[in-house]
Amino acid sequence: MISAQKIRVLIAKPGLDGHDRGAKVVARAMRDAGMEVIYTGIRQTPKQIVEATLQEDADCLAISILSGAHGTLIPDILRQLREAKLDDVLVLAGGIIPAEDVSALKAEGVREVFGPGTDTRHVAEFIRENVRKA
Amino acid sequence: MTPARSDDELLARFRNEDRSALARLLSLAENGRAADLLDRIDGLTGRAHVIGVTGSAGVGKSTLVDRLAAALRKRNRTVGVVCVDPSSPFTGGAVLGDRVRMSGLSVDPGIFIRSMSSRGAPGGLARTTGDLIRVLDAFGKGVVIVETVGVGQGEVEIAGMADTVVVLEVPGLGDFIQAIKAGILEIGDLFVVNKADRPGADEVRGHIEGMLEMSNDRSGWRPRVLTTVASQGQGIAELVDAIESHHEHLCRSGSLETRRRDRREAELRRIVQTEFLARLDGELARGGEFAGVVARVREGRLSPHRGAELLLGARRPGPDTAGSRAPT
Ligand SMILES: Nc1nc2c(ncn2[C@@H]2O[C@H](COP(=O)(O)OP(=O)(O)O)[C@@H](O)[C@H]2O)c(=O)[nH]1
Ligand SMILES: [Mg+2]
Repeated sequence: MISAQKIRVLIAKPGLDGHDRGAKVVARAMRDAGMEVIYTGIRQTPKQIVEATLQEDADCLAISILSGAHGTLIPDILRQLREAKLDDVLVLAGGIIPAEDVSALKAEGVREVFGPGTDTRHVAEFIRENVRKA
Repeated sequence: MTPARSDDELLARFRNEDRSALARLLSLAENGRAADLLDRIDGLTGRAHVIGVTGSAGVGKSTLVDRLAAALRKRNRTVGVVCVDPSSPFTGGAVLGDRVRMSGLSVDPGIFIRSMSSRGAPGGLARTTGDLIRVLDAFGKGVVIVETVGVGQGEVEIAGMADTVVVLEVPGLGDFIQAIKAGILEIGDLFVVNKADRPGADEVRGHIEGMLEMSNDRSGWRPRVLTTVASQGQGIAELVDAIESHHEHLCRSGSLETRRRDRREAELRRIVQTEFLARLDGELARGGEFAGVVARVREGRLSPHRGAELLLGARRPGPDTAGSRAPT
């Protein structure tokens, strides 16, 4: 049987802000890097995000956040991912996250945090090198 | 762990209605790596009512699927959804955005939504969409809804996959002549004029009804035309009623069983075709007899037809055919 495998990236946008231009730019860039990107839209609850990650069997969950609520939303998502036994999903965060919060998020399980202006090719490379190998 | 052992474990979890096992099996099937597993769940398939939703991009397919799934849940059906979006011809990647319209559904454990890229396949579906339908069916979903790519033309493949095909149109597109060309009228069991909040819906409806009158009934079913405003949930209950009466008609007339048998045979043909070509590629890579035949066809010493016969084993390899042209 022909076998073709693609990296599946789910882009999630928790929180109340309605700006998803950044998330869409990342979505297109990952598509252009040959990945399959599942875009889920704005204002997603942590539960919705974790459910979508499970159903889509995503290799990578990229959380885009601008609202400043990363301090509670991201740990909540990570906790629910663990409960759903999705610990092997590569979790990334992007958007506006103050430098002093980055290490706390990484301690929780976010593997990398990408600030505004990150070269998307760098993000694609990071994903390719760090997703679980099937 | 040996592959067989991990297959056993995955299957046990799948049979236990473990949703992450379902998600993983869908990935394996999508990547053409689940032949054994699909064989082992085959006995569980053939029970779901498969509904196809097709129509041009932007007509409201995802919005309608969202409302349809919610309405079916209210009638105590479990629902699986497969949404197919186009892949980029340049990079092979894809942005799959249908879930955006379905976020209200994703926390209901009775609904499972899966996005898939067409991965370059024509016809509105991916090559392995049928396998994903079967996996959701075997998992026990009462209804499986499939949303096609929606590039608008020639998306007739869904007719070979679904029990009930719903074709969406909207006012103001004016692509009716194209629709006839692409054979869309022939595949629809139900037609929906969505965005009926916009002017011109009745006109579109009349137009479709007029054209349907000129075409033949399929298996005694008279296709119906409905109007909806999917974004507001209007007309959805009527659509579910119509879908259910089509299903009853299929059961009563025996055509449900015929469609399923046709589908299994089509699947067999598809697998033989892909497997044979894959094997041919493998043989070619190793050189040998197959490669010799292909080389002779390339050089004009053997006609493509005779070459194909040789590869298919219809004739034993012999001397170059007398009638074939010398290389030019
Ligand atoms: N006015 C109006 N807009 C609708 C209706 N149904 C869907 N839409 C909008 O049409 C756009 C495309 O819908 P979508 O479901 O993504 O279409 P798809 O590409 O066919 O899946 C979205 O902005 C929807 O909100 C409707 O009944 N009326
Ligand atoms: Mg859609």
